[in-house]
Amino acid sequence: MEFIRNFPFFSIILAMFCGIVSSVLKGQWAKRLCLAMVTAELFLSAAVLMYTLHTGESFTYMMGHFPAPWGNEIRAGVLEALTATGFSAIMLLSLLGGISHVFTDVEGTKTNLFFILVDLLMSSLLALIYTNDLFTAYVFVEINTIAACGLIMIKQDGHGIVAAIRYMVMSLLGSGMFLISLTLLYDITGHLLMEPAGEATAMIQAAGAYDVPLLVVIGLMSVGLAIKSGLYPFHSWIPETYGYATPASSAILSSLVSKGYIFLLIKVFYRVIGYGTVISSGVLNILFVFGLFGMLMGSIRAIRETDTRRMVAYSSVAQIGYIYMGIGLGTQAGMVAAIFHIFTHAATKSMLFISAVGLYEVSGGKTDYISLRGSGYRNRTAGIAFAAGALSMVGFPMLSGFISKLLFATAAVQSPHKMVFTILGLAVSTILNAIYFLRLVISIYSPSEREYGPDQSHQASKMLKVSSFLFIVVNLVLGLFSKPIVDSINAGLGMFL
Amino acid sequence: MLAHLAANMEETVSMILFGIGFTTLLLHKNLIKKIIGLNIMDTAVYLFLAAKGYIFGRQVPILNDGVMDAAAYTNPIPDGLVLTGIVVSVSVTALMLSLTIRLYRRYGSLDLDEIVFQWRKEGQ
Repeated sequence: MEFIRNFPFFSIILAMFCGIVSSVLKGQWAKRLCLAMVTAELFLSAAVLMYTLHTGESFTYMMGHFPAPWGNEIRAGVLEALTATGFSAIMLLSLLGGISHVFTDVEGTKTNLFFILVDLLMSSLLALIYTNDLFTAYVFVEINTIAACGLIMIKQDGHGIVAAIRYMVMSLLGSGMFLISLTLLYDITGHLLMEPAGEATAMIQAAGAYDVPLLVVIGLMSVGLAIKSGLYPFHSWIPETYGYATPASSAILSSLVSKGYIFLLIKVFYRVIGYGTVISSGVLNILFVFGLFGMLMGSIRAIRETDTRRMVAYSSVAQIGYIYMGIGLGTQAGMVAAIFHIFTHAATKSMLFISAVGLYEVSGGKTDYISLRGSGYRNRTAGIAFAAGALSMVGFPMLSGFISKLLFATAAVQSPHKMVFTILGLAVSTILNAIYFLRLVISIYSPSEREYGPDQSHQASKMLKVSSFLFIVVNLVLGLFSKPIVDSINAGLGMFL
Repeated sequence: MLAHLAANMEETVSMILFGIGFTTLLLHKNLIKKIIGLNIMDTAVYLFLAAKGYIFGRQVPILNDGVMDAAAYTNPIPDGLVLTGIVVSVSVTALMLSLTIRLYRRYGSLDLDEIVFQWRKEGQ
């Protein structure tokens, strides 16, 4: 069993190694290697999850066997392992669903590059989840950004490159702020490892020194990572990026990349700065307000869109708003709700992006919602998956979105100052969600003027059907068996302290 | 207040540079100038790290004349961080420049507003 302690490190290095090997492989082989790697990651992370649940405590893994204040460490607790497992599962399903389009969207000789980028992205995501060192986190944040940028522009047309450069500019602003904040933090604590840095911060707090620098650190770090994950006023890159990239890229970017940064932020809040300090600094209130605005504005913009992919992309803005609102509540329950929503949104949004592709395949490649009329009959699996995803986002019982909303509402009751705004925000945002998602679902199940056409789902790729089906299963599992997951999140947050 | 700023001149300068770089990257339309802004911003952080890492009167952390006392040398970690940071910013700059070349070939302009305008027109 002790051997499992090596698995977090193995999973990071395995993904990176596959990326290097893929550079000399042909597209098909790179694809097989990539899928095998992500499946292996799933099993490795699940093993770590079982191990941490079994032992009931987190463990650290020394890199190069230099003890705590000096070396570089990896740390795994229940929450890290759960996130890694969830991310690997969603990565696998997104790849399966979008893989046929990778080979049509990407130039023939360059398909292996797509899989190199996915390998690097997987490695950097896992490193962001597991790392216990602030500067390592920064380096992997940048690797994540570069890999994500590659995934956006791999579809070699003007759209991709303009979207990529806009993404890069916003993302680099975020990285710059993150870098300067961690430099300041290093200055006042003298440590880069999270635990010693956390202890030093607590001592500084107790001595009442460095109040302003600490506030600046919290502010810069929150805003930097919020820009990178696309919180409302910094969301301008989202619709272009998610709306035009190849489907697998859109699914991976919207469901995983932005969540990696949020996870890092939560980790820094708990383990380095100290949650009490973060709450008393008032930065959470700002995140709360922006989160609320995001929930409303994202949905309003989504209603005005006619292109379904852009609509789903704007819906991401709203969902990121939900997550930041949960973090901004400043209670343990709010944080649990936010983390649960990270999983909900990851599972649902990737399902929407992938199943939407199944609908375009049978609608002549058109993406506006008028052309999609009746497509739910022409490709039944994709239609059902899309409807399930839409209902989950609206908050239909049995699906994961309902549990998220329930957790948010319960958490809101515990923070009296923010209760009214949270519940109002949830209610209005749910109605707005219902307007655009149900409009779309009704549209794909409405016969067009002549007839809705024969079932053409045999034209759609088999992998897409399989992954759509599995996505529905994941959503139902999150919706129906949420208790153990919420308990694990609680246990994991407990291990952060 | 001013005395504090003067005493920490390197840090003050690096923060001003960070601000200049950040604003340039955010607000400038020209892609090349944006990239210059990015580099100013990153370099400002390295200046800050290097300034903070240097302790007056101590030496570079290379064993010198057999002096084994740790108090004689500065901490090598900030310098290591600067080097790592430079590697990261070089790769990001290379990526941004390559994207800029592709955009210039396609749209014949370096002005991001102009490029986005043409791109929107193509999309319709």
